[in-house]
Formats: sequence, C-alpha cells, structure tokens
Amino acid sequence: MDTVEIDRGGPAQPLLIAKDLRKHFKVKGGAPGAVVRAVDGVSFNVFKGETLGVVGESGCGKSTLARLLLHLIEPDAGELVFDGDAVGDMRGITVNALRRQVQMVFQDSSSSLNPRMPVRDSIAFGPYVHGKTKAEAGRIARDVLVKVGLKPDLFGPRYPHELSGGQKQRINIARALAIEPRMVILDEAVSALDKSVEAQVLNLLRALKENFNLTYLFISHDLSVVRYISDRVLVMYLGAVVELGPVQDIFSRPKHPYTTALLASRPSMDPARRIEEPPITGDPPSPINPPSGCRFRTRCQHAEAVCAQTQPILGAWNDRDSHIAACHMQDPESGHSLAIRTH
Amino acid sequence: MPNTMILPTAMIEPAAPKQRGYWGSVGNRLRYDPVTVFFGLVVLAIILAAIFAPLLAPFDPYKESIIGRLKPLGWKGHWLGTDELGRDILSRLIHGGRVSLLMGVVPVAIATVVGGTLGVVGGFGGRKVNTAIMRTMDVFYAFPSVLLAVAISGAMGGGAMNGMIALSMVFTPAMCRVAETATAQVKNLDFVEAARATGAGTLTILRYHILGNVLGPVFIYASSLVSVGILLASGLSFLGLGVKPPTADWGLMLSTLRQSIYVNPVVCALPGVAILITSVSFNLLSDGIRSAMDVRM
Amino acid sequence: MINLLIRRILYAVPIAFGVSVVCFSLVYLAPGDPLQTILPSDASAETIALVKAAYGFDQPLPIQFLKWLGRVLVGDFGQSIATRRPVSLEVTGALHNTATLALFAVPIAFSTGFSMGAIAGCFPGSWLDRLLTGTAVIGVSLPNYWFGIVMVILFAVEAMVLPATGMGANGSDGFSIFRWADARFMVLPVITLSMVPIGIIARSTRAAVSEVMGQDFVITLRAKGLSEAAIIRHVLKNALPQVLAVMGLQFGYLMGGSILVETVFTWPGSGFLLSKAIINRDVPVLQGTILMLALIFVATNLLVDLAQSLIDPRIRRT
Repeated sequence: MDTVEIDRGGPAQPLLIAKDLRKHFKVKGGAPGAVVRAVDGVSFNVFKGETLGVVGESGCGKSTLARLLLHLIEPDAGELVFDGDAVGDMRGITVNALRRQVQMVFQDSSSSLNPRMPVRDSIAFGPYVHGKTKAEAGRIARDVLVKVGLKPDLFGPRYPHELSGGQKQRINIARALAIEPRMVILDEAVSALDKSVEAQVLNLLRALKENFNLTYLFISHDLSVVRYISDRVLVMYLGAVVELGPVQDIFSRPKHPYTTALLASRPSMDPARRIEEPPITGDPPSPINPPSGCRFRTRCQHAEAVCAQTQPILGAWNDRDSHIAACHMQDPESGHSLAIRTH
Repeated sequence: MPNTMILPTAMIEPAAPKQRGYWGSVGNRLRYDPVTVFFGLVVLAIILAAIFAPLLAPFDPYKESIIGRLKPLGWKGHWLGTDELGRDILSRLIHGGRVSLLMGVVPVAIATVVGGTLGVVGGFGGRKVNTAIMRTMDVFYAFPSVLLAVAISGAMGGGAMNGMIALSMVFTPAMCRVAETATAQVKNLDFVEAARATGAGTLTILRYHILGNVLGPVFIYASSLVSVGILLASGLSFLGLGVKPPTADWGLMLSTLRQSIYVNPVVCALPGVAILITSVSFNLLSDGIRSAMDVRM
Repeated sequence: MINLLIRRILYAVPIAFGVSVVCFSLVYLAPGDPLQTILPSDASAETIALVKAAYGFDQPLPIQFLKWLGRVLVGDFGQSIATRRPVSLEVTGALHNTATLALFAVPIAFSTGFSMGAIAGCFPGSWLDRLLTGTAVIGVSLPNYWFGIVMVILFAVEAMVLPATGMGANGSDGFSIFRWADARFMVLPVITLSMVPIGIIARSTRAAVSEVMGQDFVITLRAKGLSEAAIIRHVLKNALPQVLAVMGLQFGYLMGGSILVETVFTWPGSGFLLSKAIINRDVPVLQGTILMLALIFVATNLLVDLAQSLIDPRIRRT
C-alpha cells in the first residue's frame, strides 16, 4: 500500500476483464481423463463503480469463478485484465498486486475467521502482510471496525465464537476493506444470515461502496438480494454464462429460458399467483458430461434439434448496456423455430 | 478513506459474554474438573519427587547391605522394604522416577517437534511432498510399536540413549499423522484462503493461521503419548535395553527383583505399582486435557 | 469391489518393501563394523571370512540388500548365530507358539473389550459407565510384564494352582492345547496378554458408540418407536467399522507386542525368541523375526481395511 492506486484507465476502462476463463477439475477415482467442467469459458467485464450480480443454482461454478478471479485457484486457461493491466503478464501486474486491489468476503462467516485469533488481529493481518508495522495495522483495524459499525474496544478483542453471524460477517467485510481494495468479491456473503440481519449487512455494503468508491462482484443464489444490490446481472448455468444484462432488463424481460425459469421459481408473495408446478424440474445435468450443444436443452421446454447440435454464442459482452443471452432463440439465423418471433 | 461512518443498527446488537481466548477457556474448564485436577497434582508430585529425589529419599539408593536383603515392608525404617542387595526400595523408587520419566517424556518431546514439523510440512506442502513424507511414515507405522522400539534399541545395542532414540522413532510417525491430518483440515478452511487472498506468503500463513490451530490436536496427542512412553521405556529397561545396573530405574528394578518373588513377593511387585500409578495419572490427566480442549469454536 | 481389492493390495506392496528395507538396515544401526554385530566377539579369522562372504559385505549396499531380499523371498533368512539352525525354522516355530497364545487372547480381549465399551457407551454418565471406563484406563496404563509377575505371584507362588513359566513337560514340539497338563501353562500368559487390548478396545468402543449415540438418526429411530434394544443394535452396527480398525491394530499388538509377556513367562514364542536374540546379539534371528512379525502386521491391516470397506459402504468410494 506504498503507492496510492490511481484510476489509470479512466471511467470507461473496465476495472476487470475476464476472458474465456476455464477451470476443469480432475475427478478423483473416476475414469481417466474425466473432468468436472466447473468453469468452462466464462467472459465478462466488471465496470468501475458498478455491482455485478452473479446468479445460478448451486454447483454452477459461481464460487470457482470467484476464486479464479483472485487466482486462489489457478485457471487452466483464460485471461484476466485489471484496469488495463494483464494479470500475471510480463508487462502487466502480478497476482499479488491484484490481490491488493481485489478482496473477497466468504460465505461461511465462521470458518472464514481464524478461531484462535481475536478478530482485530484477523483484520490487521492484511495490512501487516502488506508491510505495515503491527501498531499501524492495529490502528487500521480499529478504523475499519468503526466503518463496519462495530465498536473497536468492545468487539476487537473478541474471538469469532463470541460473535453473532451478522457481526462475524461485518468482521469479514472489515478484513476485506482493511487493505483498501478497489474491488470486493462477495461470495454468498449474506446467504447464511437471518433476513433481518441480511438487510442490515446489505445496507452496510451499499453505504461502504458509496463511501469508498468500491466495485462489487456480488455472488448469490438469492434473486431478490441480487436484484436489490446489483446494477447488472450475470446468469450462470453449468459453468457457462447464459445471460448478462442490466438488472431491470434481466428481471423484467429475461431472454434466456433458464433465467425465465429461475425468476418464475421464486415463491410469490401473492397467494393468488402461487405456482402449482415448478417451472424447472430435476437437478442440473452432471458437469462431468455436460449435454452437447446448449447445456440447458435437457431441461428447456423450447429445446429443438439445433440446440443439441451447436452451442449458442453469448455475443458481445463488453458493452455496459447490452443485454445478451446465449440462446438459439435469440439468433434469427440459428434455425430455431421460435428464433424470429423474439425480435 | 473518510473515517467516520456511523451505522447505529450494529451498535445495538446484543453484546457477547466477556471474551476469553482459547487457552483461557481451556484452563477454566480444567479448573472445574476434579478428577483431572487430582491426577494433575499426582503427576506434579511424581515429577517433583523425581527432581528433588536426593532431598526426599530417606536412604542412599546405592547403599548395599548383606544382612538387610529382601526385608519386608517397614523393616528398620525401610518403609517399603529392601531389594536383593539390601538397598532401600523407597529411595530407589524415588530415584528411579528420574530415569523412567526422562526416558518416557524426552522421546515424546522429540517426536512432537520432529513429527509435528514433518506433518505440518506434509499437510501444507504439495502432493509430492505429502506423498514422500507420509508414505515413509507409513512404513514405520507398519511395525507394532513395542516391536519397533525393541528392534531399534536392540540393534543399536541398548542403553538409555539408544532407548530414547528408538522410542522417538516409534512416536514420530504417529505424531506426523496427527499433525498432517490437522493441517490438511485447517488448510481447507476459508480463513486460510482469505489470508491467501490478502496476498500473504506461505510462511506467514503457516505462522499466523496454521500453527495455532494445529498445536491443539498435536498437544492433546502428545499428552496421551507420555503414558505410553513411560510404559515402553520401562518395558525396554525390563528387557535389559535401558539403563545399566546399578542405576535405579523402575523397569530394571522390576526385572532384577523378579528373581526374588518366592522370597518376598510384595516388595518385588512395588516398582510395577510405581509404573502403574504414573501411567494411570498421566492417562487421566491427558483425558481431562483432551475433553477440556475439545471446544467447538 | 475388485478394483478396491487391487488398489489396497497394490498399496500394501510398497509398505512391505519399506518394511524389509528397515529390517535390512537394522544391522547397520549398530555403531562400528556391521561384522562385529553379527559375529561373536571371539570369532576366529576363518569365521569372519566365511560370514563376510556369506553376507557379501564387500559389495555395495544396494546389491547387498537385493541379494538379501532375494534370499528372504524364497524363505532363506540365514543361520542363527546362537543355535546354528536356519532362522526360518526358529522363527516359524516361535510364531506358532505366539499364535497359540493369540488364538485365545484375541477372542477374549475383543469380546470383553467390546462388551465393556458398548455397555459404557450406551449408558454414558451412569455409574456403570464410570466403573467400566475406570477399569479400561487401568487396562491401557498397565505395564503388562508387571501384571504377569503379579499373576505368577498370586496363582503360582501363593495359591500354587497354575504353573509359573514355560510350556510344560512336553516342550514346544509336544505341546497340545487339548491336554490340560499342557494347556494350563497358557492360562496366565493369555490373561496377561489380553489386559491391555481389553482396555484399548473398551475405550475406543465407548468413544465410537457414544459418538454414534449422539447422531440425529438415533432420534429418528426413537421417534419411529423402535425398542431400545433395536436402537442399540443399530448404534453398534454403525460403531463397528471404527472399532474394527482398532481391533486390527490390537491383533498386530498381540502378535508383535507379546515380547514382554513371553519374556515374563519364558513362553518360547516370537517375542521370547526376539529377546533371546537381543541378549545373544543374534542379528539374523532379530532381522528375521521382526520382518515376519511386521509383515503379519501389514497383512492384518490390509485384511481389516478390506473388512471395513465391506461393512461400511462410505469407505468403499474413497
């Protein structure tokens, strides 16, 4: 933290560009060569100051994606560009430099804090690692605790087991902010919390973003939370992006049948509109052997021959306003019988 | 960064109980466990008796007497009788604790350091390092412990020093496994990943995040090994692989007194009682420590 | 299943190889010339040359090891320095005697230990639990060689109902477990040998049972209206794989750890052979006995592993 990070590329330069990220895990004890395609060619931009929501069912690769962005898991292929600098490239920035500017908040608030450390030490650890003295790091920890709404003298000396879930998650946020990152990845950061506490933490996140010009990548399986906090939304299915667009567009006019199904499966508050049949049934297919062509076709009511033959393309993903979906029905030339009508 | 931001909602969240660190709460639990406290005091007494043996022993443990051989309990001030050379049993038992405790505890300490280090390295290192360390340990694990101890110290020609080396080699693989398991478990927790995400290097993470969490299980296991160590050490002495006569040592005393069971059976059994009391006390103390340290946090 | 069998066996092979390396290196652990360890101190120049050639000490270590291993694989462990008999004969005879003890000690230790632990684990906190766990602690803390001496004092010296040492008038070769005149010599060694495993098995069974008792499915069973006896059956079945692992280790302990007990009772088993070999500095016997015992231990662990995965489907996948 010796240098002040400047906004090098200007506001138009995306803060983070992910290009064709790929991570396949070997299957233990499985057939030789069998892999789980956890993240299979994912590309997107994160623009400065926005909150990009990432939604999808459990197992779709959201968390792996988050870890790839910080190189906590080494990607098999793909490229990361942070504010114009390629990560790990000779002329770009190192992984360590990336980790100074991008931080992460984990889902499980209890296992993400060291049980043998008072929480202020957990917070001070980041600044200490980045060259601050222990005293300075301690001071930073106090400041950050205030910023997340916890009294430093009361909560700093406590151990994680002496805190409530909401307090622990505030500590986790404080730890992420302690090294003054420009971007924070929130991996299901509020999912384990009670609804009332969840709302408090969400408001805290909004306020912090405002105050410190942060950019968020907000991963969640909870659509209403994503709608509340995001500017744009990315929908993942089986390791791939199926739809990407501004939050209003996604929620009011979803283009991909998977997104439509996800939205329809939310329980309605209106008793008259309760759905009898779930719009989407069964479990997602195995990511070890994803279906040919479009991955969603096995559960899609509009699936046709073309869906099994060719993989639909997501289209241009680097435009802030575009609303795009990887579906043959979006492409007039695909040969899908419903393709024309969507235009 | 602007540094004032007030979020009143969190300030009124209920306060948690007074904070007490991990070791603080372990100590607190131990204090209210009478069995453990009692046997802890017994262990303390045994250790103190061994340290201050020359001050406590009523007689010279090496003073022989031709007329006073194999006398019963209470004979002429010899509370626990005399041995086959007329030496005072009580004095020899007090002095014997020195060798027996040392031979039992030192190997555990060595194994904790060596095995613990290997285990942490194996658990935190890559797949190849792990395989190399753990498969080697598996080979030593493939011997029954008594057999390995006897084999190594026997091949090295016996003696207290060789006995301790042999016992260290017996305990190291087991210790290594415990440390490796604990490290591998902690390694996969989110807070280690979070530490990596802040850009910390391997050594820093090991020092601040892994060690503190591995030390607990390692310490629990080490405390349970002390009793085994004392049993095995006196077993080696009993076989003649420990200290050489006339040094006082419980296992060796038992082995020489064994010839005289037809003359004075009660006196001959006494060194074994000393071993049993020591080993039971260490075991129950270790049990108490284990359950006190088993705090879900 | 076949896959697992092959994998486990393949895993045991390098372990067995490592074990033989350790046994081979025992000769070199001793300070000074390995020849001194092997030969009695008053050996003539002829004997020295003979042994040197026989062991091939002039060749590099890996070659020596491979030659030794080659001989071992065909059952040739060399010759005992003390008795001049082939080591293989000495070891098999001794192993037979140890196995005779284990044949009785194993069922006694396993059934007693398991029952004690199961009862204690089913009624945690009760006076019965405290009594049984207290007894088990003494079991695991027991110096069994001392316990053997105490047994001799009580039953041979004082009561004079059982013999103190040895295998009886017929010796090792004529010994028959079906003749009371012989079998009575086994009573004290078997009891002594069982004590420590009883304690260890009781403790681990109790731990396993009380752990299973705390699992949610026990509440489900109770809610379904099952009788306590049926619930306990379910619990024991679930605790068994864990207990089995401990039992496997204890079997190895009984085979390899009988050295002290056999010394006390001068029972001519493998342990007694080992302690004699140490006193006589009879390295070929030392090597051969340890190798055989360790290999038996490896084989037992392999069997336990397989038995465990037969009982517990969760283990099979890993």
